[in-house]
Amino acid sequence: MMSYETGHGGSADASAIEARGVGRKYRRGWALQDCSFRLPAGRICGLVGPNGAGKTTLMAIAANLLEPTTGTLRVFGAAPESAEATRRTAFLAQEKPLFRRFTVAETLRMGRELNPGWDQRAAENIVRAGNVPFDAKIGTLSGGQRTRVAFAVAFGKRPDLLLLDEPMSDLDPLVRHELMGTLLAEAAERGTTVLMSSHMLTELENTCDYLLVIAGGGLRLAGEVDELRTAHTLLTGAHSDGRTPPELAYHTVVETRISGRQFTSLVRPDGPVTGPWQAGTPNLEELLLAYLRSPEAPPLIGPSSYVAPQAVAA
Amino acid sequence: MEFRIDRRSGVAAYQQIVQQTKQALRLGVLVPGDQLPTAKAVAQTSAVNPNTTLKAYRELEREGLVEARPGVGTFVRQSLARPQAGADSPLRGELEDWMDRAREAGLEQDDVTALVAAVMEERYAGTGPAADHTRTTGTAATTGTMGTRGHA
Repeated sequence: MMSYETGHGGSADASAIEARGVGRKYRRGWALQDCSFRLPAGRICGLVGPNGAGKTTLMAIAANLLEPTTGTLRVFGAAPESAEATRRTAFLAQEKPLFRRFTVAETLRMGRELNPGWDQRAAENIVRAGNVPFDAKIGTLSGGQRTRVAFAVAFGKRPDLLLLDEPMSDLDPLVRHELMGTLLAEAAERGTTVLMSSHMLTELENTCDYLLVIAGGGLRLAGEVDELRTAHTLLTGAHSDGRTPPELAYHTVVETRISGRQFTSLVRPDGPVTGPWQAGTPNLEELLLAYLRSPEAPPLIGPSSYVAPQAVAA
Repeated sequence: MEFRIDRRSGVAAYQQIVQQTKQALRLGVLVPGDQLPTAKAVAQTSAVNPNTTLKAYRELEREGLVEARPGVGTFVRQSLARPQAGADSPLRGELEDWMDRAREAGLEQDDVTALVAAVMEERYAGTGPAADHTRTTGTAATTGTMGTRGHA
């Protein structure tokens, strides 16, 4: 059994999550299939995909709320059900389950009682920064305040890996910006690895430096945001009779769209990208939309995220 | 100072931080000895990923403009302000005279911009952009394109 240094975010090549061939089957079919990737420690990673693509299933497996049907997943090298992994991981579910009749102070006290490494000051600071009264009952708080308290509980646990399932989906833009700032600042201070599912593609652009895209139960993209963006080129030019230039066929085409006389193609270049078109680097939103619209495009797993798909011996 | 990150510009966020810091150095908003905001502070105010800010600071450090003091912060080492380009410099005076003549001759702003860019390209050919500052280490950016390692 290997032991890992705890306390900080880990070295450059430590894995916060390592999944090999992970799949999960429900009665109605496979929610997630053959997922193999690693998430290096210290990253803030966006988890993107259509509803029902398996995002929550993947997070629940990492949080030890579900067992995978196939494959293995490790959290900082340990099995999710181990004491070490549960101590180092915090999961904030989409519905942010808090007791509505508890006050904010009682909620934090429960966190303190349940978690040995509890950091009361950090939790209180997050609550205080939003001017949330400590004696207010959870049920009387606004959505933004409730999310803030849920963040305080998650960070009070001092996790090394924080799993957030659509943390901001029900908040107005101002509160979202403020809470995202809090989240990133806390993560910066502790070197926390964050895996966060979201539908807000534009918001992910600056908040995430790592990305996992799941569609149709499988992994479509994984890697550093900058790597993934620069591995693609967005081409625009004129087509003739619906036929795109033959030079396009030299590259891996993710998606081609035609509008009037113009075509737009997102490609993974295979050699120099010369042809009758204009070329540019896509922004993150363009890249994500192209992959979400084209589930049949070949997946791209970046070098820092690649693991051999076979399961490791336990 | 506060960074303004334009999420739609297509310019990577870390490059925007590099550019805005250099601009502040040129204008004298930042002078040697000043501390740059911490990655945590930038994250808090602008909701920018702390790794992005640190990447920008590493780039500025490679160019010798700032230095990181571990556990303390990142500080300005070198100014980019040039007295030759100051508000009362002869070069600026000559440019003002020239611009007045261009306007009298009926050139629009876009014409002037194009003309200046064309002459600048010609006269500065081969000298490259403002990357001529002391490069302390030779580690170039390592973001190359990746192999198309598909896996089904």
